[in-house]
Amino acid sequence: MSLLFETTPDGAGRYIDWILSGLGWTLSLALGAWTIALIVGTLVGVARTFRSGILPRLGRVYVETFRNIPLLVQMFFWYFVLPELLPVRLGMAIKQMDPPWGSFVPALICLGLFTAARIAEQVRAGVQALPAGQMQAASALGFSRAGMYRLILLPQAFRIILPTLTNEFMTIFKNTSVALTIGLVELTATAREINENTFRTFEAFGVVTIVYLVIALIAWQVMHRIERAARLPSLASGSARQ
Amino acid sequence: MMVDLSVIAAATPFLLKGLWFTVQITLVGVTGGIIFGSLIAVARLSRNRLLSTLATAYVNLMRSIPLILVIFWVFFLVPWAIGWVTRSDRPVAVGASLTIFVTFVLFEAAYYAEIVRAGFRSISHGQYAACEALGLSKLHAYVYILFPQAIRNVLPILLTQTIVLFQDTSLVYVISATDLLGAATKIAQRDGRLVEMYLTVGVIYFLFCYAASQFVKRLQVRLAYGAR
Repeated sequence: MSLLFETTPDGAGRYIDWILSGLGWTLSLALGAWTIALIVGTLVGVARTFRSGILPRLGRVYVETFRNIPLLVQMFFWYFVLPELLPVRLGMAIKQMDPPWGSFVPALICLGLFTAARIAEQVRAGVQALPAGQMQAASALGFSRAGMYRLILLPQAFRIILPTLTNEFMTIFKNTSVALTIGLVELTATAREINENTFRTFEAFGVVTIVYLVIALIAWQVMHRIERAARLPSLASGSARQ
Repeated sequence: MMVDLSVIAAATPFLLKGLWFTVQITLVGVTGGIIFGSLIAVARLSRNRLLSTLATAYVNLMRSIPLILVIFWVFFLVPWAIGWVTRSDRPVAVGASLTIFVTFVLFEAAYYAEIVRAGFRSISHGQYAACEALGLSKLHAYVYILFPQAIRNVLPILLTQTIVLFQDTSLVYVISATDLLGAATKIAQRDGRLVEMYLTVGVIYFLFCYAASQFVKRLQVRLAYGAR
């Protein structure tokens, strides 16, 4: 592991600085995209549980589109295709964004909206898993639709889907690696660069593999703690009290 | 910018070739992944502590790192490993397709293993006990009694994972392989037709995955009826 403390070819620092910078981009991309995904995913998921109107259908189109196209193809769409389809000046403005923002912003939007489709499905499943009595009781008590979802349905639904959300949260860190294809130098790209500079494959990829393992462990711990903190006595066994 | 359909028509033969490679990776990945994954699942459930710890470690390792990283690992390791086995002085060059097949079997096996394990756990204990009571050997019990039930119980999840695998094959782009996306990229860069090419492959992937996921949905309903 002595590799980490050797000076990089540009003489500006050591290889560990490259790793840390890569880690920084991986973490910011994952956490930023997670925020987008939670917001958009919840909205789309809620829309999909409506009984009538155009919203559930739009929600379905959203989910099917984003789930049935590979993440990498979506990445290329946001990076290569979209600027061409927009009005010329806007497209140029996007293409001329300074690095690394030119790849970070499309990657952020892409990963956020991709993960949102998956979260939407979980939110929908969570809401639909609740007994119909919850919704009926909420309307009987005079809750508006927004209030019903915000105060009654979603808090319970999120508790039900926390285990699958944990899975999704751990996946988003791994999915950030796809952003290397549009030029973002995140962790995996860093390993590749160090390997190209030093030909010390084992060390370069070994270090990054360990970093991913640690990220996975921490992500799991965080979600595990949230699960414990959010547990309700009445839902402790995983099902509502009869 | 105008979308030019003739570009797509001209590219079709090459895209089909790429699609065929994508399908090949998927088939190898599913077959090898389920076979290797089932062995891992059995190992995880084994009473042998060493075996189950090793299997658990393998699954957790593979599931914690990105597929792209695994592709790079195998890409750099396989030539070296073959060189070591054949006692050659230097790494032996291997084709990209072999690298890719190995990667997908190793990687997907970890995911299939978890699904098959869930399948085994969904079988009632009586089945295990009955196998023992009938004097079936472990191998026969697994092959004839337990495995078929386990697979049937998790069939929809196995198929969904296969759709994910089909989409994941696009990541072989990172070692410049010519799968469906790779073929599109090569034409896109040669002709400067990024928009047409990437939209086309997007539609192709969508059609395949949408049809497959609708099939899985129907199957799920059928299986749910059968289980009643």
